[in-house]
Amino acid sequence: MNLEALIASSFDGLMLGFVYGLMAMGLTLIFGVMKVINLGHGPVIVIGMFAVLVMSQALGINPYLTLPVVAVLGIAFGVVMYFISLHRVINAPELTTLLATFAVNLIITGLMTVIFSTSPRGLDVSLGALQFGAVTILGTRVTAVVIAVIVTAALYFFLYRTRQGKSIRAVANNRNAAELMGIDSTWMLALSFGLGIMLAMISGALLATLFSFTVLSGGGLETKSFVIVVLGGLGNPTGALFGGIIIGLLESITTIFIPVSWVPVLEFVVFVLILLVRPNGIFGAR
Amino acid sequence: MSSKLSHLLFLGGLLMLVMLAACAPAPTPAPTAAPPTAAPKATEAPKPAAPTTAAAPAGAAKRLLIGFTASQTGAQQVASQKQTEGLQLWLDDVKKAGGIKLKDGTLYMPEMKFYDDESKTDRVQALYTKLINEDKADFLLSPYSSGLAKAAAVVSEQNDKVMITAGAADDATMEQGFKKTFQLYTPASRYLTGAVDMFKKFVPDGKKIAIVYEKDSFSTSVAQALQPYAKSAGYEVVVYEGYDTGTTDFAPFINKITATNPDAIMGGGHFADGTTFAKQLFEKKVPVKFVSLLVAPPEPTFKDIGDAAVAIIGPSQWEPQVTYSTESAKAAGLPYYGLSAKAFTDAYVAKYKSQPSYHSAGGYAQGLILQKAIEDADSIDPAKVVAALDKMKLMTFYGVIQFSTEAKTHGKQAAHDMVYMQWQKNAAGALVTQIVWPLEAKSADAILRK
Repeated sequence: MNLEALIASSFDGLMLGFVYGLMAMGLTLIFGVMKVINLGHGPVIVIGMFAVLVMSQALGINPYLTLPVVAVLGIAFGVVMYFISLHRVINAPELTTLLATFAVNLIITGLMTVIFSTSPRGLDVSLGALQFGAVTILGTRVTAVVIAVIVTAALYFFLYRTRQGKSIRAVANNRNAAELMGIDSTWMLALSFGLGIMLAMISGALLATLFSFTVLSGGGLETKSFVIVVLGGLGNPTGALFGGIIIGLLESITTIFIPVSWVPVLEFVVFVLILLVRPNGIFGAR
Repeated sequence: MSSKLSHLLFLGGLLMLVMLAACAPAPTPAPTAAPPTAAPKATEAPKPAAPTTAAAPAGAAKRLLIGFTASQTGAQQVASQKQTEGLQLWLDDVKKAGGIKLKDGTLYMPEMKFYDDESKTDRVQALYTKLINEDKADFLLSPYSSGLAKAAAVVSEQNDKVMITAGAADDATMEQGFKKTFQLYTPASRYLTGAVDMFKKFVPDGKKIAIVYEKDSFSTSVAQALQPYAKSAGYEVVVYEGYDTGTTDFAPFINKITATNPDAIMGGGHFADGTTFAKQLFEKKVPVKFVSLLVAPPEPTFKDIGDAAVAIIGPSQWEPQVTYSTESAKAAGLPYYGLSAKAFTDAYVAKYKSQPSYHSAGGYAQGLILQKAIEDADSIDPAKVVAALDKMKLMTFYGVIQFSTEAKTHGKQAAHDMVYMQWQKNAAGALVTQIVWPLEAKSADAILRK
């Protein structure tokens, strides 16, 4: 075992884990509030990637400066998506909402393919690197971590310190009781969905600054989000963040010891084990 | 968690796995030239004329039908289109020359008929059957990509038709004892062996090579040939490992490679992964002097990764700067046939307003080799044309062409060499490609990574 490679990979995995955590937080927030598993999560991440690509390449805006726009677009898109695809079936059996979001997945992927084709894309972003012996810390990854932490903190501030956020938590706790207290649950559900989509799109935008991507990149990321959510505990945003970090570290560190193509297998083994041994996730479901 | 939710989770996971499988990128074919596009309807190209003869009036020429499929849609569309454009250019040249003339004065005017195979194997098989049985094609050319060409070859062999393949580099395709299929591309097993020779020349004190490759059939073929070659050349292969198609984060992989202190990294796969890998090697300041990757570097858009592209080497079937000429043919003791590389590039740019890729050159060379074989055979009789192809050893703008006559590997390309291009900065600081290997074809000296 090479200690330097281990340390370097640990740093890489830790930093990538924050972005994974942010990505999965969108999925878990929606599930926590609405009990909906959003199978449109992957394509939404891809929309975030292409949103930053279009704005930075067509309009010449720095990719990081497009993030507020991506966030606003995410909330708006999520609210619209909620009313179109979920509102009418929100009280239907859970399989119905699963299929509704699956339909959204197919529609978005189809439209994106028509518009952008499946050619690989990439952003030429470079923020330099810091080198400490064998450890190279890329500026883009550090920036992604900082942004992920800021967005997470902002989300918690919103959920715990604002009236709207408290209303969302109330709806998540007991929708009927919240309605009896005068909370517009429909609007809160739409807002929750919008927030979940926003988180997915921001994580997509951050991933676009790190890796190349295609219209079809969402599939793998959605599956990864799913594993992270189960690992961290369904409906638990903090759990998702830590789950993301665990998966990021797992991916990076195990690559040192085993062939890289075995890593996804290992992730799914973890997924199944968690479902079997601790179905509420490491940090507990909410 | 309720059992209902557990079931839901499993169902969700299952659905996502199905989606992943459906969305998984089709295995990228080995660098193959792809034919031009044709819609479901057959497309007939203008009647060609032979480049070498002009005497007979066009009206007296006999029709020579050349059939193929092109991927006008689907995964192979881009490369296939380039290949077809090259082929179309050959047809234009034959027309200008008045057709293909035999010694007895018989004149054949090639016509092309092709269909859109949608980049699908089953379509290829159906359409080649149609080309043979309904359209009565005299000769066949392959579609782009090893997988599609292999499917087409099965049909053409069964029907006793001569087929020239381009864009089909996979070795296995040509190791089935085919009788009338001839491969234009350098086989995948020789894609990176030249890189080892080049490494030995430019980094004489180098000892360790890391081989990393995409786990698809083409890239695996390349790596499987590269590893023993590198070992036989005296190098220690410190990493030999594949990565999945679609991999985007190479950081942990790069840490693993760096820990072994290699002097060279060779391998890669296709455009997306190769580009990302090169970029991350640069960002992580990996101190490796020599990096040679498959497929991605020869693509013009590789330069989008900026300084990360500098000094990256890529094998290519052909580049516009190649220096194959009558002089180099004479020096090699070979006959030279057809136009020069410059004439091809100029004509291509004039017609299509873009630089030709090696797919384009492969398309042109497909037609050119068939034309030469007919001229040598002095007939369009398939057996005589096959005999002419078996005997063929010549140099063209595309390089040296000779086919294997061994029973098992009959028709496999035996002489064509890869050229190795490298991204370098010109005096103005712009990224440009240069041929750096083989030395007799170089347009600039190779540089090493810093």
